[in-house]
Parts: sequence; structure tokens; C-alpha cells
Amino acid sequence: MLTTSVEMRGIVKKFGTVTASDQVDFSANAGEIHALLGENGAGKSTVMSMLSGVYRADEGEIFIHGKTAKIRSPKDAAVLGVGMVFQNFRLVQSLTAAENIVLGEKSSFWRGGGYIKRKYQEIEELAKRYGLAFPADRPIWQLSVGEQQRVEIVKTLYRGADIIILDEPTSVLTPGEAEQLFHTLRVMRQAGKTVIMTTHKLKEVMAATDRISIMRKGKMIATLATADTDELELARLMVGREVTIKRRERETAGGEALLTVKNLEVFADHGRKALDNLSLSVCKGEIVGVAGVAGNGQKELAEVLTGLRAWKKGGIIFDGNTVKLASVRGAIDAGISHVPENRMKSGLAGRLGSVDNLLFKSYRSTDHSTYGFLKTGKNRSWSQELVQRFDVKTPGLDTPVQQLSGGNQQKLLFAREVSHRPKLMVAVHPTQGLDVGATAGVHELLMELRGSGSGVLLISEDLDELLQLSDRILVMYGGAIIGEKTHEEADRETLGMLMAGVRSREGDAV
Amino acid sequence: MDFTTQLLIAAISAGTPLLLATLGGILNERAGIIQLGADGLMLMGAVTTCIVYLRTGNLWLALLATVAVTAVFGLLHSFLCVTLRANQTMSGLAMTLFGSGLSAYLGKPVSGIPLPGTSPKLHLPWLEPIPVLGPIFGRMDYLTWLSLLLVLVLHLLIHRTSWGLHLRAVGDNPATADVMGIRVQLIRYSYVIAGAALIGLAGADMVLAYAPTWNEGLTAGRGWIAVGLVIFARWNPLRALFCACFFGALDSLGFRIQLLGSTVPPYFLKMIPYIVTILVLMYLGYRNRNKPSGTPEALGVPYIREQRF
Repeated sequence: MLTTSVEMRGIVKKFGTVTASDQVDFSANAGEIHALLGENGAGKSTVMSMLSGVYRADEGEIFIHGKTAKIRSPKDAAVLGVGMVFQNFRLVQSLTAAENIVLGEKSSFWRGGGYIKRKYQEIEELAKRYGLAFPADRPIWQLSVGEQQRVEIVKTLYRGADIIILDEPTSVLTPGEAEQLFHTLRVMRQAGKTVIMTTHKLKEVMAATDRISIMRKGKMIATLATADTDELELARLMVGREVTIKRRERETAGGEALLTVKNLEVFADHGRKALDNLSLSVCKGEIVGVAGVAGNGQKELAEVLTGLRAWKKGGIIFDGNTVKLASVRGAIDAGISHVPENRMKSGLAGRLGSVDNLLFKSYRSTDHSTYGFLKTGKNRSWSQELVQRFDVKTPGLDTPVQQLSGGNQQKLLFAREVSHRPKLMVAVHPTQGLDVGATAGVHELLMELRGSGSGVLLISEDLDELLQLSDRILVMYGGAIIGEKTHEEADRETLGMLMAGVRSREGDAV
Repeated sequence: MDFTTQLLIAAISAGTPLLLATLGGILNERAGIIQLGADGLMLMGAVTTCIVYLRTGNLWLALLATVAVTAVFGLLHSFLCVTLRANQTMSGLAMTLFGSGLSAYLGKPVSGIPLPGTSPKLHLPWLEPIPVLGPIFGRMDYLTWLSLLLVLVLHLLIHRTSWGLHLRAVGDNPATADVMGIRVQLIRYSYVIAGAALIGLAGADMVLAYAPTWNEGLTAGRGWIAVGLVIFARWNPLRALFCACFFGALDSLGFRIQLLGSTVPPYFLKMIPYIVTILVLMYLGYRNRNKPSGTPEALGVPYIREQRF
């Protein structure tokens, strides 16, 4: 009953000396949801990019519906009915959703009012059929990330794709949005389309797919039916070694108070109240997790604590001293380190090498400079040491850090932040976009910090991560902490309810 | 004719070359290629018009030659910026320097020789009796009519046609446009060449309407004003019309005040356009501080397909 719609044989792709895809065989059927599972840099996206014409394969053959296909450009792929939803959306920000969707259409030259109206209708019908809602007449930059993804999906459907590739589709979605996406994928399967999804999230793969192909280091390792496997086996195949996804063992926490925040009130950029009467505390040797759906004030909380944002009311006491005003320099000197949400935006300078990036917070100290002149030789050997200690894989100390993989960038960032022995680390989504191995490395580092008596405020949207690492989990909603659970009482369900703003009943342990 | 009407006429006539050059710049930059060569292109346009007009006595042939010559400059600019991915600022400055040098050299033999005629006017006798509109539109240059028509055509082209959609996409996000099967390089080449030709026409209009004779450095930096007007108009042809007329009015205001017998030294009057520009920029900057600037996102960024990111 199932027919093979995509077949790739012996696909090889090299970028310079790096083999991103090494003799890969892959096939998917019509009417199935097929996951391509692998760590970051395993070559999933590369293989899919060749199927969609963004890259050209150096060797190998591709068959679409049993026929040899020469896919040399995205145009060729579109003609064959292959559409891809990229991780970095291919949308023009200044155009409306509808304009983006009809962008590739060659038919009519004149695009007057009648045409636009007709298109709105067509798009709306299509969107409704697949359960994808978004405002078609608004420019993309006004839409949320989830909505933008829906526009992308409708775009591929509109262009008549029957082989739909989604590259890491859930990495930008909230759990609720992801559930909605899976519903859409099931409707597509029903309609006989081939759905291919690359991901490194095991839970999703188990919940939403029919078959799974696993890649590791550019090679295809195995293809399994989802019903015949489990998370543990997948994890083993994916990383080539066992990775525990259990809660991390630890000594009980219980140092003295390190950070106390009382009744904080903070306004965001456009005068919106971002933190409303927020109080929390972090002790020495404790990891405090902050859960919450993005946009509930987490970003502002991190900014206030690291000195990037001023506050209106309330007080912050850090390590026994009252913090009087927002100062980044003050926060660094006081021993607060920061792993920002977007490492390439506010964490690292992409075009500079490792040495310069490592020096950003410590160049002032007499260890690294005298009278404003950097001690070049000493700084290099210091950097070399850090790079080795934190196992950052880089071709050289002067290689621009934007050329490193996400995991290595994050390791480098941690190396800088941990090297000056912080008393408190504010880590925001520290494992976002990292593969299993790199994630484990980051978790290890956070646990080490905890072990050495530092406090960690871990702001994350990944509940598994929070449950694994935190001693206490706070839930943020509408700029305040609306619930607190110790690690013994916390579970996904209650946290999920709190994240949605459902307060615990009176008398509950809050 | 009263002062206001005279000023309006002067504004439109002084604004025409600015408008043509601004529209050309908009086409260039909407496709994502910075155009800093405007002044050189205008000079090349002006000198070509003068030479061909003087040699053949045929104005239309002269304009055709102008379009052809500046289109070649546009081709060179797009070859440098699109195919060779050279720095667009440098390429633009090279166009300006090259254009002003070459025009000075080529223009030597025709320098100071008056042209056989000025810019031809379209005479509409039925409009003349109407107050204000009559004197303005009754005897307007063909090139001015052309520029007004272009405002409308380009506005519709950019916002109401598939070509315009492709143009906007290429200027904002060439990678996306490419994935959607739009030929990024071809579109960039076409609009850079078309834009350069329009800027060349602006030079032709300057020499025909202002001073019907070639002088070295004839544009007096108006190409640079057009570069500013592109940004001022936020890459929109309708706003370009307003901006060009506004600046044209300022340009002629100083002269008119002088005619009224003012005692203010003429040097101060010549400053008016520039001072007012600064003030208006400050005001607009303040008013639009929370709006998107309208800058094409990919402006100045060469596009490479197989780039890992």
C-alpha cells in the first residue's frame, strides 16, 4: 500500500575538507511521517538541503516517485513537488504573509485588488484545511515565530508540494504549538503527502512519527519503525554512546542565601510592564530553575540581574550587599556571570577569534593587561588552556568563532563565564539548539558550578532540562512567580499547568 | 504670475533632475545594490547629451545615446557588485570619480558651446486659462512629464505587479527569493542598469533645462543630493516626488528671495536648502523613530547561493 516517494542513494557532499554527508541512503514513503534524527552537525540538514535543491550533491542519485531526478536548484525541486520548511525561515520580512506565499508564482503580471482578494481566499481555505491559522494580510515581521512557521508550511502546500521537509520544526515552538504542528502533520499524512522532519528531540520523534532514520557524523546509521523502538535505543544510535536522561544525582542543597530579589517591578522597551512584583531567592550551591512560556518576563529578569536593565521598584540583595543601580560592570565585578539567550547576538563576537572572545570580561585585570596594553603571549596561552579544558573544538585560536558549531560556541562562552569563578550564573536557554552530546556537556558544567558552591539561575523552556538539573523550579507567568516546586514535587503536568497561568488552588504547597 | 506660482514652477523644474535620479536610485537600492555613483552617472548623462546633440542636432538621438552610455555604466556597476561581489560603496565611489573625470575629458571640445535648443515643452492650450494649474502644467517639459509618469508607473510596478513583488523580495531577502525560483542575479542586473539609465536622463535634463551648455562639474553635487533623497523618500516613488519638489523649491527659493530685493547676503540664501534639509531630517527622524526605516534588508550585501550559515 505504501509507495516509496523519495529515494536517495549514495549521496556524498563535501564542504572543503569536511564530509557533511558520506554515502547516505535514505527513503521515505507517501502517507508517512518520517523523522530524520541526529545530533547537530550529523548532516541531516545537509541531506535535506540536497533534496530541496539548496545544495548540489557531489555524488549519488535521487529518485522521486521512482524516476531519476536531477535537482540542481530549489526551482527544480519545486517542480518535482519537493518543498522545504527551513529552520531559518525563508520569508521576506517586509512582505505580507500572502505576498510571501505567492512569491514564486509566475502567472499574472498585474496584482490588483481583485487578485489579492482571490489569493486571500485561496490561502485561507488551504490554511483551514490543515489547521494552520495566521493573519495573511500582515507583514511577516509582525507575526510570532509560530505564525511564521505556519506561513512557511502553507507556502509549501500552496506551491503544490507533496513531499514536505521540515528542518527542526519544533525548535522554535512552545509545547502547545508543537502539538498543533503535529496535528497538521497528521492531516498531511492523511492527504497522502510525504512528511520528512529533521530533529534531535527524542520525545517528539516517538510521539509524532511513523518511521525514523538516524544519522551520525554524516553517515546513515539505521532506519526503524517508531513502533519497534524506544527513546533509549534511539539515543544510543544517535550519539553512539549511552546518554542518561534521568535526573542528576546530587547532594542536598542548602547554603546561605546568595541572591534575594524583592518585589521587583520592571518595564520593558515599549513601556509594557515586564516584571510585576517579582520576588525570588537563590542560595549558594543551588540550581534554581525558572520555567515559563517565552515572553513572560524571563528575558527582563535576566537583564536586570546582569545589570543590563534598570528597575522601577523593589530591591536586589546580592551576596550580602544591596545592589543600588543597574551596571553591567558592577554585576561582572560582583561575580555574576551571564549566558545570554542568543549566544551569537549578545554572547560572542562572531568574527573575532577565541582569544578575543575569552578576554571580553577579564581584559581589565592585571593578569591580562598592563596600563591598557594586552599581554598578548600570556593571553594566548591562557586561552589555549581554557579551550583545552572546556574541550572546545576549533581549528585555531584565531578562527572566527562564527565558524564553530553551536555546541563549541556555547562551550567557549561557558569557558569565559566560568573562568572568573562566578558566585552566581544566570543562564538563559543554555542548551537551545545544541545536540545531545553538547547539552550533556553544558549540564555537567552547571552541576560542577553547583558543586563548587555557586548559585545558578537557570531560565529555560525545556522542562526536561529543568527537571533534570534544578533543586527548585519557579514558574513565571505575566511577570511574576506564580508557583514554586521543589524537585521532588515537580512534574511536567503541574509545571505545564502553571506555565499556562493556571494557579494552584489555595492551600496547595506553593 | 504671483510669487507662489513662480516658485512652484521653479520647484518642479529644479526638482525634475532630482526626481529622475532619485527614482533611478530607488530602483537600484530596492534590488539591494547601493548606488553612490549617481553624481558621476549624471555627469556622464549630461556630457553625452551635449556631444550627441551638438554633433547630430537631434535631441531624441542624444537622449537615446545618454540612456545607452549610462546603461553601460550600470552594467559595469552590476558586474562589479553582483558577479564579482565587490564592495558596493567602493564601486559606487569609483563610478562617481570615473564619471566626473571622463565627462570632463570628453566634454572639453564642447565646453561652453550653447546647445541648439533647450528642453522641449509640451504645450497644452486648453489648460492655460485655469489659474495656478494652467501656468504650471500648460507648458511643462517632456522630461518633467516623463518623470511624473514614471512616479506613477514605478509605484504601481513596485506595489501592484509580480515584478515588483520579485524586486522587493530580492532586495530584502535574496536567499528566500532564490528558493522561490526567482532569478536574483538577473533581477539585480536589470534594475541596476535601468536605474543607471534613469540617473543618466537626470543629467540630460539638468543640462537641457538649467544651462543649455556643457560645463565641467555641471551637476554641482546634485547626484549626491539624490543619493540622500532616496533615503529621505524611504525607497518609495510617491514620496520621492514630494521630496524632489520640496528640495527643488528650496533650491530656487534663495534665488527668488534675492529677486525680491532682500538685503540678506546671497551666500546665506544659498544655505537655505541645506539648513532646511537638516531641520526636516531631524523632524522626520523624530516622528518616524518607532517605524521601520524601509531600508531593503539586503542592501549592500552580495548574494552567494551555497553559503553555509
